[in-house]
Amino acid sequence: MIPQDPAHAASPLDPNSTTSLRLPGLDAIREAVRSSAVFLLLAVLLIVFAVAQPAFLTVGNLMSILQGVSVVAIIGAGVTVTLAIGEFDLSVGAVAASSVMAASYAMIVLGLNATETVVLVIAFGALVGLFNALLIVRLGVPDLLATLSTMFLLTGLQLIPTAGRSISAGLILPDGTTATGRVDPSFLPIGRSSLWGTVPIPVVIMAALAVVLFVLTEKTRFGRVLFATGGNEIAARLAGANTARIKTIAYVLSGALASVGGIIVAARVGRGDVSSGASLLMDSVAAALIGFAVLGLRRPNVFGTIIGAVFVGVLLNGLTMLNAPYYTQDFIKGAVLVGALALTYGVARNRL
Amino acid sequence: MGAARLAEHPETLVMPLLDIRSLSLSFGSTRALDAASLSIEAGEIVALMGANGAGKSTLVKILSGVQRADSGAVLWKGLPFAPASPAAAGRAGVVTVHQSTDVVGIPDLTVADALMLDCFIDGRQPFFLSTASVRRSAARLLKGTGIDLPLDRRFGDLGTADRQMVAIARALSNKAELLILDEPTASLSSLESQRLYALLRALKAQGLAILYISHRTADLQALADRVVVLRNGRDVGRFARPIDFDAAIEAMIGRPLPAAETRGAAAPGKPLLHLHGAALLPDSLPFDLTVHEGEIVAITGVLGAGKSRLLSTLFGVYPLASGNMTLAGMPYRPKGPAEAIAAGVVMAAEDRHRSSLMPAGWPGESIAETISLPHLARWYPSGLIDTRRENREAARAIERLGIKARSPDASVWSLSGGNQQKVVLARWDAAVSRILLLDEPFQGVDIGARQDIIDALRSQRGRATLIATSDPDEAHAVADRVLTLSRHTIETAAHGEITEPQALREQKEDA
Ligand SMILES: Nc1ncnc2c1ncn2[C@@H]1O[C@H](COP(=O)(O)OP(=O)(O)OP(=O)(O)O)[C@@H](O)[C@H]1O
Ligand SMILES: [Mg+2]
Repeated sequence: MIPQDPAHAASPLDPNSTTSLRLPGLDAIREAVRSSAVFLLLAVLLIVFAVAQPAFLTVGNLMSILQGVSVVAIIGAGVTVTLAIGEFDLSVGAVAASSVMAASYAMIVLGLNATETVVLVIAFGALVGLFNALLIVRLGVPDLLATLSTMFLLTGLQLIPTAGRSISAGLILPDGTTATGRVDPSFLPIGRSSLWGTVPIPVVIMAALAVVLFVLTEKTRFGRVLFATGGNEIAARLAGANTARIKTIAYVLSGALASVGGIIVAARVGRGDVSSGASLLMDSVAAALIGFAVLGLRRPNVFGTIIGAVFVGVLLNGLTMLNAPYYTQDFIKGAVLVGALALTYGVARNRL
Repeated sequence: MGAARLAEHPETLVMPLLDIRSLSLSFGSTRALDAASLSIEAGEIVALMGANGAGKSTLVKILSGVQRADSGAVLWKGLPFAPASPAAAGRAGVVTVHQSTDVVGIPDLTVADALMLDCFIDGRQPFFLSTASVRRSAARLLKGTGIDLPLDRRFGDLGTADRQMVAIARALSNKAELLILDEPTASLSSLESQRLYALLRALKAQGLAILYISHRTADLQALADRVVVLRNGRDVGRFARPIDFDAAIEAMIGRPLPAAETRGAAAPGKPLLHLHGAALLPDSLPFDLTVHEGEIVAITGVLGAGKSRLLSTLFGVYPLASGNMTLAGMPYRPKGPAEAIAAGVVMAAEDRHRSSLMPAGWPGESIAETISLPHLARWYPSGLIDTRRENREAARAIERLGIKARSPDASVWSLSGGNQQKVVLARWDAAVSRILLLDEPFQGVDIGARQDIIDALRSQRGRATLIATSDPDEAHAVADRVLTLSRHTIETAAHGEITEPQALREQKEDA
């Protein structure tokens, strides 16, 4: 739901479209500042934290920051894909949370192994995406309402199989029997171990997905049509694009990515917690929106989303090391988001 | 009526209402305006002519407070005038209807609300509004202008012409002393244009000054007291009554209007597209239509006659209500644009903003990306984009259709209106097709460029072109055969009907 209605976004009188170049020097500088501001700030943060707290700038700490943001970054990448079609998937947080439950349930109650569980959970996420697409593309329900309903549905659904209990080995099921399975030991490394002892597996997954999604959205035909659908759906259709299919793929991708996030959380905590993933929606949306400011693109982009997530991670980690109290975290995230949006839309704006 | 005579010596006799003195504005390395001068008296209609990208809209944007000039001066009633915003210009009495009608529109408002928007904002209307009272005021406003509009429709559902009329009516509701119209008839049929002419003449008689921009010679002949010609941002010609339009056109494009290639000379090729007993709507009369290879057929008709419906149906957007179609002898029943394109039937739809362009700042906004969108699968079979391919195609299109642009990867939003339209045409000219459907393809395209485009279209033999246009002069100027559509059915379907001589050229020979 971000930069909608081509009739407006695209008007030639749009102040943003008429890049005034009357003072080339000044405008070029402004533009340069705008497109690199997030990186400059990130560099400043790293330096300030490194000076104030030597333990900050260690490989171990940096890796733990990346590990911390990997889930949000992956889910945020999915949100970015739905933003690219001009819509918004509000169900990602709930998909991730119910994926945590589903993964634990698959292993502890159904007795599946790690591979089966991963496949099943990703299929679950994709299926939720398909359901969203059904509501939005086939039935014509507005995206925000449809995905909000799905979010509600999932938040409730994940409580039903266990009667609202968290899932861990020895869980007592609603029918009184005790679950016999356990978490497959080869599942846990997904969230806990590291490559060569330094790069956590979640960071590897995040990096791999980021590269794949970046290429997919920015360098392929599919990406072109994806953005075309979001920019001007009528134009995309009149150019021969199957926009219904594109939208469906976008929601399926978003759901599947959210479930990957859920799998990582499940592997990290090793159990199905009913309260896991409470802030995942807000954090991943924030990452995607901060991403608008990265490179000064003013539009959803996967690279920006990843940087946005890392930026928030660095800031929170550094402040925590400097003893900022835990309860200020949400406030800080909010401030970063406001700053990024002001940067995206405010700086280098011409008058009208 | 003395104003027209006075205007021939504006500098010497009286202080003009508006006096523009060597105004300049550059966008990067593009000089949009280069020391242009112009003056307007009260009670006269000055026509601003110029090829696509000559700087007309740029001049208008400066007068209406959208943009600021780099240098030069504007005197309004003798005082320096540099409005900071359109609202400021409006308060001073300069009211503008811009080239793009999308600008004034809020899709969800009713037409009545859209008309009264200015009154809501400046407090002429009470704070609490009732639908009925708004509707009453809007009806009163329309009555004063003589424009007829469906007040209860959603603005976003209106066609281009009606949106244009809303914009004009809205401009007239303000207390204007200078009315600037940037291509107001681009989407109007001749009937509506006539209504607009009558309205503008009445306003002029009341002492309103009008700056009028149009590529339609018929408009200028009907209205202009004086003509000022812009070329490459400079004023290169001034013409007073009686206006020599040929000389004006020559000044505008820098050469005499090229003669069209001999058309209709080659015998029409094989029949390509057949419509048998085709009804566009369930209650419209069925008709037959045959289009031949190498032929350019124009379809005219008043607004709502079904021109766009016919082309969209051929393009698979709507199904035929009854009857059937064959393409090169095979049954043709596309279920959507994708299938039509696959069969070699392509359409450049009307209203480029809605139908063809990506928003500014969004991926796909560049000239090259706009052209490549329907051709991605063929140009990039691997699925990976290599921008060199589309840039090459775009560079060729820029050359072929004479698009005034800095580079293939420039944003379409940095182009003038007519050049944007050429990009849309270039998109469909970039690949081989069997049937080319063009819905109001020359909106905002100057006549010199129109001729070049038609010649370019003709160079691809074996293709049939259907052009829907509400301008009968244009239909006769570009086509081998002209059909008239009325109530969604073809009136004169006589095959091989001789084209009437082009109205414009005829009058040229008279001169
Ligand atoms: N925002 C912009 N950025 C860069 N160049 C621009 C911008 N706006 C206009 N131009 C350039 O300025 C020149 C004049 O444009 P303008 O829109 O005034 O032409 P015009 O005379 O109105 O043409 P048309 O008949 O096609 O509407 C063109 O070369 C155009 O590309
Ligand atoms: Mg213009």
